[in-house]
Amino acid sequence: MAFSQLRLAAAAAATLAALLAMPAYAGKTLDAVKSRGQVVCGVSTGLAGFSQADSSGKWSGLDVDVCRALAAAVLNDPEKVKYVPLSAPQRFTALQSGEVDVLPRNTTFTLTRDASLGLSVTTVNYYDGQGFMVPVKTKIKSAKLLKGQTVCVQSGTTTEKNLADFSKANNLNIKPVVFDKLEAANAAYFSGRCIAYTTDASGLASIRAKEAKDPKEHLVLPELISKEPLGPMVRRGDDEWFAIVKWVLYGMLEAEEYGVTQANVDQMKASSPDPVVMRLLGGGNEDTGKLLGLEKDWMARAIKAVGNYGESFERNVGSKSALNLPRGLNNLWNKGGLMYAYPVR
Amino acid sequence: MTRRPPPAKKVWTWRSRALRGLVYQLIAVLAVGLGVWWLASNTMHNMQVRGIQSGFDFLGRPAGFDIGESLYEFDSGQPYWRAFLIGLTNTLRVALIGIVLSTLLGTLLGVGRFSRNALVRGLCYAYVEFVRNVPVLLQLLMWYVFFAEVLPTAADAWTFGPLFLSKGGLSFPIPIWEAGHLWGVSGLLAGAVLAFAYRRWSFRTFEATGQPRSLFWVPLAVFVLVGVLGWAAGGAPAHFNSPVKGEFSIEQGGSLTPEFLAVVLGLSIYTAAFIAEVVRAGIQSVVRGQGEAAAALGLSPGQSMRLVRLPQALRVIIPPLTNQYLNLTKNSSLAVAIGYPEVVSIATTSLNQTGRAVECISIVMLVYLTTSLTTSFFMNWYNRRAAIKER
Amino acid sequence: MTATTFDPIAARPAPAKTSGAAEWIRANLFGDWTTGLMTLLVGGALLYAVTHVLSWAVFRAAWLPDHNACRVEGVGACWGVVAEKYRFILFGRYPFEEQWRALAATLLMLCLLVASCTRAFWRPWLVVLWAVVLGIFFALMYGNVMGLPKVETDRWGGLPLTILLASLSITLAFPIAVGVALGRRSNLPAIRAVCTVYVELIRGVPLISVLFMASFMFPLFMPEGFSIDVLIRVLAGITLFAAAYLAEVIRGGLQAIPKGQLEAAATLGLSYWQTQKKIVLPQALAMVVPSIMNNFIGLFKDTSLVTIVSLYELTGALSLAINSDANWRPFKLEGYLFIALIYFAFCFSMSRYSLWVEKQVNKGQAR
Repeated sequence: MAFSQLRLAAAAAATLAALLAMPAYAGKTLDAVKSRGQVVCGVSTGLAGFSQADSSGKWSGLDVDVCRALAAAVLNDPEKVKYVPLSAPQRFTALQSGEVDVLPRNTTFTLTRDASLGLSVTTVNYYDGQGFMVPVKTKIKSAKLLKGQTVCVQSGTTTEKNLADFSKANNLNIKPVVFDKLEAANAAYFSGRCIAYTTDASGLASIRAKEAKDPKEHLVLPELISKEPLGPMVRRGDDEWFAIVKWVLYGMLEAEEYGVTQANVDQMKASSPDPVVMRLLGGGNEDTGKLLGLEKDWMARAIKAVGNYGESFERNVGSKSALNLPRGLNNLWNKGGLMYAYPVR
Repeated sequence: MTRRPPPAKKVWTWRSRALRGLVYQLIAVLAVGLGVWWLASNTMHNMQVRGIQSGFDFLGRPAGFDIGESLYEFDSGQPYWRAFLIGLTNTLRVALIGIVLSTLLGTLLGVGRFSRNALVRGLCYAYVEFVRNVPVLLQLLMWYVFFAEVLPTAADAWTFGPLFLSKGGLSFPIPIWEAGHLWGVSGLLAGAVLAFAYRRWSFRTFEATGQPRSLFWVPLAVFVLVGVLGWAAGGAPAHFNSPVKGEFSIEQGGSLTPEFLAVVLGLSIYTAAFIAEVVRAGIQSVVRGQGEAAAALGLSPGQSMRLVRLPQALRVIIPPLTNQYLNLTKNSSLAVAIGYPEVVSIATTSLNQTGRAVECISIVMLVYLTTSLTTSFFMNWYNRRAAIKER
Repeated sequence: MTATTFDPIAARPAPAKTSGAAEWIRANLFGDWTTGLMTLLVGGALLYAVTHVLSWAVFRAAWLPDHNACRVEGVGACWGVVAEKYRFILFGRYPFEEQWRALAATLLMLCLLVASCTRAFWRPWLVVLWAVVLGIFFALMYGNVMGLPKVETDRWGGLPLTILLASLSITLAFPIAVGVALGRRSNLPAIRAVCTVYVELIRGVPLISVLFMASFMFPLFMPEGFSIDVLIRVLAGITLFAAAYLAEVIRGGLQAIPKGQLEAAATLGLSYWQTQKKIVLPQALAMVVPSIMNNFIGLFKDTSLVTIVSLYELTGALSLAINSDANWRPFKLEGYLFIALIYFAFCFSMSRYSLWVEKQVNKGQAR
């Protein structure tokens, strides 16, 4: 009996040793994605316009389009995405640990996050700033009037810190009420627990449009108290994957700049006289995809799946959506915005 | 049949019990050590590969976020360790008040189960059954809905005299400190000394002559009276910082936030149900004869409970009561769900601002371990005091 | 001599009735003036509360799934929220057209739980039954077999998740707990120390920190590129947590076994494991069945905590269903009451069952 138990223990030890020696794949996210046949995408738990699942579980939004474009470029099927909804405190560990491949979750790029979390910021897909929302009936017209008031905020966000800075700089003594879930923060604001709600202006627009009983009862104050460049993050140490995510985003911008749309992408690919377009879509001889480890028509697929950046913007957060946000800073560089893609060549 | 001699104490043969024991222990220690080492090395490796910074050095850096409610001033420029300290004081504040309230309510409910009044008995029973069969998190959420949703806004707050109850919480007047209050405080101190002296004297006369004297009400009256006298001598200062209805919120005065109220009420009401059961079981464990003997001596049912049965039940009650206190303290961590800034909430915020998941969660665990061990140490000490002194 | 006349003593009055409704009321409600006063006071307050609650919850309530009807002045409880959202509350984000599977799986698990509580099923093959039913449960919920579409675990939610978490974690925790309980009473110091540290460590921290660890930190503990479904991680966390508490309960049972039993077993020449298996554990476990049931009730309630780490079981599903719907958000209280009732139904019946088991066990003792 003792022997059999010894054997059992030995076997257990051996298994443990085997586990220890398990070949760890060194950051080859692209290979993992290809072999899995799925891009695992960390998104928010539900922010209309950016990432939200409808009642049938279908995800849509500006951030979701990043995932779809990635899946189309890498796997030739925009549906091959697994969406992992993450709360703010969960998101970075999920990416660090490899639970998700990419994190397009209206996440602000900051120095700390870039330098110390083991994450890399790719490129911005939405330029935003933090704002305040108040019920119209409070008649508050400026954030500076929030002296000594309670403000609902989601925990673990840059928002929380900006609020503290703003309060300190203007000597407002704002009292934050912090929730670790977006839904809880929304509910608290709409129940009247807080006088104001603060998050990125786009988020406020989204919450006002989708979560309020009557959007007209809530006012987004004009001040923006911070810069919030939002965009997808990837794990540090995998430059190939980093490049793919970055260039898919640039490709969408480039497509808008050169007038490639979801509708005309096939036609442009076949017969565009513009060499830039041919390079982008893989129509000519130049194979940009190969350099990234993808197929030649990677960008054509992505645009076919989600359209160019402008189309994605208008559909999800712009004039064709309930949020109705202006392009503003998110317009192309040559139209007065900040969106400037590096040349795809 | 010859009688075999008993085996020698330790035989180190292959099949001996001693050797096997040693081997088992070695295996156990090895397996645990290996497991811990494996996990630790994985974590180190993962952190190194991805350039995740680690260590507790972040505690000294400015936190950069504000905290909604705290016992003392906190400013976003102060370091993380102070933020954690505020989280800890907020946890302890809830735990201590919760323990006091739930003990009072729980004892009443437990004793109520022995009432001669069937209605009271039934009510206590129904309370216990309803409250303890619903998850505490759900109860906290319900209380929070009550405070943040059902209550009116500050503009039409419920007013009870100088008190206001609204979505902004409970506002109450607080006295403004004046020199005259010093007299009041010294009066109270003097009253406490006098009351204590009276209590000792009356106890001694009771022991000597059998003449019963009040051991509670008279000392209490002395204490309060001397305090009031001192206060009057100081000129009876009575200026209050009273809350007033502002435009959007109740301003000035003292206030308790709805988050705090929901946590304290929710936890106290939940834990009281368990304490009631503990008290009931304790009282039931006192042998019947004690109650009968008390009745035979002419003690009223109330006296019999207070002087005879409850003190004896205490011995049975204290160990499980300790567990309930610990549970309450641990359950206070659920406050994170309703936005009360206790230690778990501060830790999740810090975790996300700094990315130090391992460190922040370790701090939380350490805080609770320390609190648990301290509480059980204190209660064990009390338990030893209350135990039967066998002579 | 005087004639003795028969002089009957007058019949004594019948003793006061001590049974019957009227007498019971007199004894229990109006015994003396304090009791009577209290009855009047408490009864009055109760009457007041009950009429108001009834009026709010029944007579003035809105029952139809129409949120505008709930907003009419003077309407009490809005049960329409339950009528509108009950499928979301019960099954979370599980695909709507597939919810029959979740329902079937839940009913199956419930049958299994009821069966496990019935004496006729207390046979060794109950273990096999558990394995089979759990297999079917997973097949139904996850799909991808027999033409059922696959449903990823992140879409599981509501009641099935609650029941799954509670019953699976207690089942998995049980063997660990027995091992740890034996370990804590072992006379091998190293094993005793390991078990003691485990139990005290886990019991000293709140469940939520264990869950945070499972959901935030666990992935960092694993080798690179090795990721486990969050449901499994949370399940592992709850299991480890439950095992520590269960171990203490079982240890209580072990301690109650008289020393003579062990000595008798040793006299018979039984080995350590034989003694534990044949003598100690059967007695100890039978003794602590009620405590184990109480533990299970606690665990069932504790599963509500996983909503904090974004698994949408009953409590989480309700928040998800109502917080994100502006029309129904003001009627969250009614939603909470609805699931409170579900929890109550489960926990109350289990505690009644535990009392019954206690009686059964005591019957054996009181020979």
